[in-house]
Amino acid sequence: MSDTGFLPVKLPRELSLSLLRDMVRIRRFEEACAELYGQGKIRGFLHLYVGEEAVAVGTLHALNEQDSIVATYREHGHALVRGMSAESIMAEMFGKLEGCCRGRGGSMHLFDAATRFYGGNAIVGGGLPLAVGLALADKMQSIDRVTACFFGDGAVAEGAFHESLNLAALWQLPVLFLCENNRYGMGTAIERAESETDLSRKAASYRIPSERVDGMDVVAVYEAATAAAASVRSGEGPRFLELLTYRYRAHSMFDPDLYRDKAEIEAWKKRGPIHNLTNRLKAQGDLTEDDFPQLDADARAEVQRAVEFAEQGTLESTDDLLRYTLTEPAA
Amino acid sequence: MNTPTRISYREALREAHREALAKDPRVFLIGEDVGRYGGSYAVSKGLLEEFGPERIRDAPLSELGFVGAGIGAALGGMRPIVEVMTVNFSLLALDQIVNTAATLRHMSGGQFSVPVVIRMATGAGRQLAAQHSHSLEVWYAHVPGIKVLAPATIEDAHGMLSLALDDPDPTVIFEHALLYNLEGERPSSWPQIDIERAAVRRSGADVSLICYGGTLWKTLAAANTLASIGIEAEVIDLRVLRPLDEETILASVRRTHRAVVVDEGWKTCSLAAEIMALMAEQAFYDLDAPLSRVCSAEVPIPYAKHMEEAALPQPQRIVDSVKTMLGRG
Ligand SMILES: Cc1ncc(C[n+]2csc(CCOP(=O)(O)OP(=O)(O)O)c2C)c(N)n1
Ligand SMILES: [Mg+2]
Repeated sequence: MSDTGFLPVKLPRELSLSLLRDMVRIRRFEEACAELYGQGKIRGFLHLYVGEEAVAVGTLHALNEQDSIVATYREHGHALVRGMSAESIMAEMFGKLEGCCRGRGGSMHLFDAATRFYGGNAIVGGGLPLAVGLALADKMQSIDRVTACFFGDGAVAEGAFHESLNLAALWQLPVLFLCENNRYGMGTAIERAESETDLSRKAASYRIPSERVDGMDVVAVYEAATAAAASVRSGEGPRFLELLTYRYRAHSMFDPDLYRDKAEIEAWKKRGPIHNLTNRLKAQGDLTEDDFPQLDADARAEVQRAVEFAEQGTLESTDDLLRYTLTEPAA
Repeated sequence: MNTPTRISYREALREAHREALAKDPRVFLIGEDVGRYGGSYAVSKGLLEEFGPERIRDAPLSELGFVGAGIGAALGGMRPIVEVMTVNFSLLALDQIVNTAATLRHMSGGQFSVPVVIRMATGAGRQLAAQHSHSLEVWYAHVPGIKVLAPATIEDAHGMLSLALDDPDPTVIFEHALLYNLEGERPSSWPQIDIERAAVRRSGADVSLICYGGTLWKTLAAANTLASIGIEAEVIDLRVLRPLDEETILASVRRTHRAVVVDEGWKTCSLAAEIMALMAEQAFYDLDAPLSRVCSAEVPIPYAKHMEEAALPQPQRIVDSVKTMLGRG
């Protein structure tokens, strides 16, 4: 754990602020979700991204609109930063027709064709082969595009991880593998799940250029992802980033979180991605005393609008239950 | 006087694990988060402290690997209990179960046996959507070389595990996720059970309702509703999904002359289809009405609560299908 406390941020101010803004948007969105879960408005499994914001924000800012995204069940933040509206995400979690998937998917299955957001996958490791296939399709059709594939440290133990990395490297496919290493797969610490805990070495063994990045530092994430995406885009084959991060909250709302030390959580919180960037921007005069409260108020207002939208949403008719299973004949 | 104590399905399972672990040093539990976390459905909570990490063995997210390792350890003389979080994830291990566990005895001309027990949660009802809610029991019930159990009661949750461990062949046990919190009175001593026979959970002369696992309680609720309008349903809990207890099923339908099969699996190629085929083949002339079934709608299970409910067998649908069958609809 390096202390990036007061490293200068060498990014244009607008970009820095936009990174900060998106991290705060995720944080407020997730906090609202936790509360709404308590009220029974959101149900099923709910996995929050609090603490890990720098990963989604730094990487997604390094991609462009044409790129494809494959995420996990801990993906509200990714969806939000990718450009899906907070309204459509929240309504989905309320099970409303106005949600991004008509209430069919819920928290773990957010999809959006318009932003090339390919889910929301609740099978650990399930997204990796899919990302390889998307990239294969792009390569075969000579489409200039990166497929960014997010997955956790836990997924690295699955066969799907190894098969996917091998295929991507073997066929030199434009995949950017983004491993969100938050040190735990549910209640299992990485040391008890992996014989080699430096996950970037696994990627390297498939001859994929790989790097470990401080996932609590959005600037470092952004810079690493920008370089990696450029390399993938230029046809140099897949890249792998291991983003070292931490989830502040339990795995899901069902998890009593008894398997980790409270001191460990507190230590990571001290390196929180939001105040890390805030402090650095303030120190170099890129953030005034008023900027943060403003940006925070905007984020809260956005979430509030999303909740109101979701509340007012309607329920899909059960007459439509069997729809969207196969293509529907044109009307 | 002793006040009766309550026990949950989950606790009954835990007690069965504890007894098996204490009795036989070859028994060990392996699975994701079974140790430190206490089990994703808290079945193994506390067992790590009692039996240690060698025997309550946390596995990484490697379903194919650790299920296969359980199969190998069984082949090698141990008595593993492998917990897979849910049937949905067991698909990652399907190869080892179907191509290895189920075939070794046969391929080796009877030389080898695989006494592994593989437990997994199944079923919907908690708004977990299309990758966490399916009932794929029939995928396993299709395969010769394994036994498939579905404990629906606290007694079966407790009793089936040790019988499965004693069985020299691979056994898959399905625990419906909604049953873990089921509570009942703790019997003063656990009843003797078997893993061969279906159980008649309620007697009745007018119609046989055949079900298993999570649908037992919905079916019993439907039977109560039917009783209030003068229809007496017999409720058969299959308990063993492979090999099926054909005798109990056929005896029931020969008494009642009508049958509705209730199955949380999808209708097409369901276990319900197999049971109906059995009755059509062997009890055709005993039937007074076409056979009927209540299954899940042919759609991945949706997230929204009202849609999920609409997709699953519900007591009202069971009642309606019986009424229609009896011309009382
Ligand atoms: C194939 C499969 N096995 C098990 C699970 C249950 N499960 C869901 S998330 C999870 C932990 C995954 O950890 P990781 O990949 O590190 O992601 P994180 O939750 O930390 O973001 C587990 C065991 C699952 N969803 N899919
Ligand atoms: Mg993790």
